[in-house]
Amino acid sequence: MGDAKSTEKTGPSETARPGRRELLTRVGATLGVTVGAAALGRVAWDGGGFGAATLSGARQVRDYRVAGALQGVAEMAIARGKDDEAVRAEALVKRALDAMGGMKRFVSRGDVVVVKPNIGWDRAPIHAANTNPEVVAAVVKQAFDAGAKRVVVADGSCNDPHRCFQRSGIWKMAYDLGADVVLPAEHRFRTVRMKGEVLDEWPIFTTLVDADKVINVPVAKHHNLAKYTAAMKNWYGVLGGRRNRLHQNIDVSIADLATFMRPSLVVVDAIRVLVRNGPQGGNIDDTKPMNTIIASVDQVAADAFGCTLIGQHRDNLPYLKLGHERGLGTMYYENLRVREV
Amino acid sequence: MKAAAGPHAGVSLDLTGIEAINAADLLAGHAEPIPWKTGQVGVVAPLDGSADGGQRTTDGGRRTAAGGRRTADSRQRPADSGCASGACGCKATPAKSSSAMATAERSRTAEIAAMLGMADGGTAATPGKKQKIDPKLPGSGIPPRRSIRVLLWVRRVSQVGFLAIFLYFLFQTAFRGNFAASADTQVRLPLPVEAFLLADPFVAAMTLLSTHTVYRGLLWSLGLLALTLVFGRVFCGWICPFGTLHHFFGWILPSRRGRGAARVEANKTRGYQRAKYYLMYAFLLASVGGSAIGGLFDPICVAVRSIGLGVIPAAQYLTGRGLGAAQNIPARPIQAAADHSQDFLAKTVWQSHQFYFHQTWLILFLLVAVLFANRFIPRFWCRVLCPLGSFLGVFARFALFGMEKDHAKCTDCNLCLVNCQGADSPQGGVKWRQDECHVCLNCENACPEDVIKFRILPSRASTTTVPDLQRRTLLATAAAGAAFIPAARVADSLDVNYHAKVIRPPGAVEERAFLERCIRCAECMKVCPNNALHPAFFESGVEGVWTPILIARIGYCEHSCVLCGQVCPTGAIQKITEKEKLGLGTPPVKIGTAFYDHGRCLPWSMQTPCIVCEEFCPTSPKAIWVEEVEAPVRDSKPGANGAEPAMKTVKLQRPHVDPALCIGCGACEKVCPVQDQPAVYITSVGESRSKSNVILLENTNYNQKS
Repeated sequence: MGDAKSTEKTGPSETARPGRRELLTRVGATLGVTVGAAALGRVAWDGGGFGAATLSGARQVRDYRVAGALQGVAEMAIARGKDDEAVRAEALVKRALDAMGGMKRFVSRGDVVVVKPNIGWDRAPIHAANTNPEVVAAVVKQAFDAGAKRVVVADGSCNDPHRCFQRSGIWKMAYDLGADVVLPAEHRFRTVRMKGEVLDEWPIFTTLVDADKVINVPVAKHHNLAKYTAAMKNWYGVLGGRRNRLHQNIDVSIADLATFMRPSLVVVDAIRVLVRNGPQGGNIDDTKPMNTIIASVDQVAADAFGCTLIGQHRDNLPYLKLGHERGLGTMYYENLRVREV
Repeated sequence: MKAAAGPHAGVSLDLTGIEAINAADLLAGHAEPIPWKTGQVGVVAPLDGSADGGQRTTDGGRRTAAGGRRTADSRQRPADSGCASGACGCKATPAKSSSAMATAERSRTAEIAAMLGMADGGTAATPGKKQKIDPKLPGSGIPPRRSIRVLLWVRRVSQVGFLAIFLYFLFQTAFRGNFAASADTQVRLPLPVEAFLLADPFVAAMTLLSTHTVYRGLLWSLGLLALTLVFGRVFCGWICPFGTLHHFFGWILPSRRGRGAARVEANKTRGYQRAKYYLMYAFLLASVGGSAIGGLFDPICVAVRSIGLGVIPAAQYLTGRGLGAAQNIPARPIQAAADHSQDFLAKTVWQSHQFYFHQTWLILFLLVAVLFANRFIPRFWCRVLCPLGSFLGVFARFALFGMEKDHAKCTDCNLCLVNCQGADSPQGGVKWRQDECHVCLNCENACPEDVIKFRILPSRASTTTVPDLQRRTLLATAAAGAAFIPAARVADSLDVNYHAKVIRPPGAVEERAFLERCIRCAECMKVCPNNALHPAFFESGVEGVWTPILIARIGYCEHSCVLCGQVCPTGAIQKITEKEKLGLGTPPVKIGTAFYDHGRCLPWSMQTPCIVCEEFCPTSPKAIWVEEVEAPVRDSKPGANGAEPAMKTVKLQRPHVDPALCIGCGACEKVCPVQDQPAVYITSVGESRSKSNVILLENTNYNQKS
């Protein structure tokens, strides 16, 4: 204190004590930062431990079915072209859909319609590893004709997506008809809780689920592990992440996905069918022209019938049984109103 | 005021009138000839440090005069501006020198310029035409020629334009598909994205020395060589995208101490600028020794590599994090905007998924370091390291376009040096270094005294055309370059202890030929759609740093893709067709062979179904085939009352590789669900480019073309 007084007398010097104002400012700053740090620490405090991530526990399902769409018409339509006639895919799709009352039963005016073909592989249309581009185009056209505001064509490919989309021929044909073709990009995937038996939380290709109506347009083909795949397995394209682990329990995975995604309509492309070396193929000798389109709202029934095309039987495909037991559809398609056209 | 003249204050006597007297003496023809004013610049050494004693004296004298003049200038400045505002009329008629001598308020420098113009008989300024004097300009106030001012802007536009083209090509070095292409359209890039490399004569020279051929598009480099032979190193100052980056950072980065006088010092020609010549000759000799390792330092290669493998993925990562956070904001418009931004960037700048590059941190770090060096030495890279710059510098001696200096008019204001890019001694009193000059024209634009003139076929009286090199150092560095290659090759050669993970891209030529050609430009890594190709670190030895290797765990070789060969400028990866790669009619291109680690494979050791590898195997028939087995498996839970867990039988498909069919694409390795160390992996053995790195007897053919 003595020092302070003496400096007051001699004027400010290097040893001068701070004035009251400065003292308050400095002490206040110290206190402010301390309290601020303490508050931030309290708010951001992590107690540690292995607590499970708390996501909303509700099971998420994407159901696009149209109630009462099929009153009085066929529940499954099988359009076959004659072997000798020059079959146009568009005509077959139209025949099949007309048997089910036409696309207008499934697509309303102003709908955003997602068409989900199989664009999994870098293969040409002749290899029948991807959905036939003409079938996709026919479905897109039907959707537009039924009044869809927007038609989106998308899939999560296995090979380089740009190559798959271009070389499958689907990109050009869908684009030419005015559809939005959306390639899978990392930022389009969000984590969703499906709470399936083996699939719990997975990243989902949001483009495929942000829609009013979803039309599943798979290709029927042989699969070395699952034996035959088409409609139900096509939902693999919805998933992101490391989907190579799904094969360890492929049947339950397929059933879980089919539980999660309930499409408005299924149009199975069996114009040319890969009968061996599926799912990728690559050899034209492994394919067989069958000139068939299967339309249905029942994914299980469509697959149960489709597998007969390559000589499989529904009892050999465990995922059909799982789907049947879960009430996703019926593996006994003969119980449905089936029309062959 | 005298203190400002520094150590030479005592020497400077009459400062105010000395210039006028000198000029008048010269006119009368009886003055002592002052070497730096008479144009006898041949005796003045090009480098400050190497002048002998006598010259240093003159140099000192010159400095004195400069100092004195500067003082006088600053004293006169207020008068200057006063004149400009009040009596502009007198400024507009400097040719009337008789009245000029009498007017004390006149800018003294302008006066001298006018007098010297008379004395020289009008070499610089056209005598009949009145020169416009701008009082706002320093020194004499003579503005630079209009053509130079225009050319300066043309240069800036050219620099920005070429950098933009370069970046656009780099962004387009990716296959993003095409909605207009039908299913059978071949997948190729529509643009010549490797054009800058094809125009690079250093790359052409290296590969010419190593392979004795000029590969395809590299013939374009003759164009750049021709440009240099006419205009000098205009590539460095006008075109080079990497040079433009350095130009920009040299402009934006200098610290407080890097401006003004310090910058003038930094822009003087220095001995260390020789380093790039030694480096260039070392690389050329290494090419003679069989390795295009000089690509490590080629500026286009550095730019493609560091921006393509470093800056772009890092920017994508940052943007992805930022926009990803925006997508989680629960407001529809924000989410949509973030989505659209991501879409746009994925379609134009990067791609739809994040790319990763093996050990790319070093590439990025070196880029940052070399850009940061501009803070201390402007255009450090271009002046000290760039082998393309020095290669062009060797040829700049033949240039028809160049600089002429009228030393007599130089007032040593050093404004030319402030923005000099090449550190090529544009200032008066020393010889211009043609081999260092980037022809940026900044010096002529800055010169207030009409000293510097760029023109076609200039006098070479004050020009040094050849690089200033020391023969012993040159021989030593060149020899080091030549000796490096055998030293690197006796380490781990292909035939002795080759790294199993050096898996070269499809279409790559045999390893020795590959090293003769690969310039590490990273075009192949940038274009690879699956992020499969990566810059090697030391996997392929010290010589193979940043050559491409395939890391299948990150990405596999897309079966029908031949883009890496399409963009390779030197033929290290040949331009194969899909037919050749897939082996329609010929044996397919194999880059390695797959192997199973049974201890990690799910069906082999964990009795769990899997065969994703078989599903992804792209060959037809598949190189991976499965064996159906029934295997015992133990239940995970113990039996009742603590009994042994029950045993049951499962049906499994166990995968095998057929080495005759496997092409080593790595799709199996990529998709193997055993994440950290895959149960199926590829190694380079069996690659079709090698005669020795082979498994099977039928592929061992010492007569085949490598």
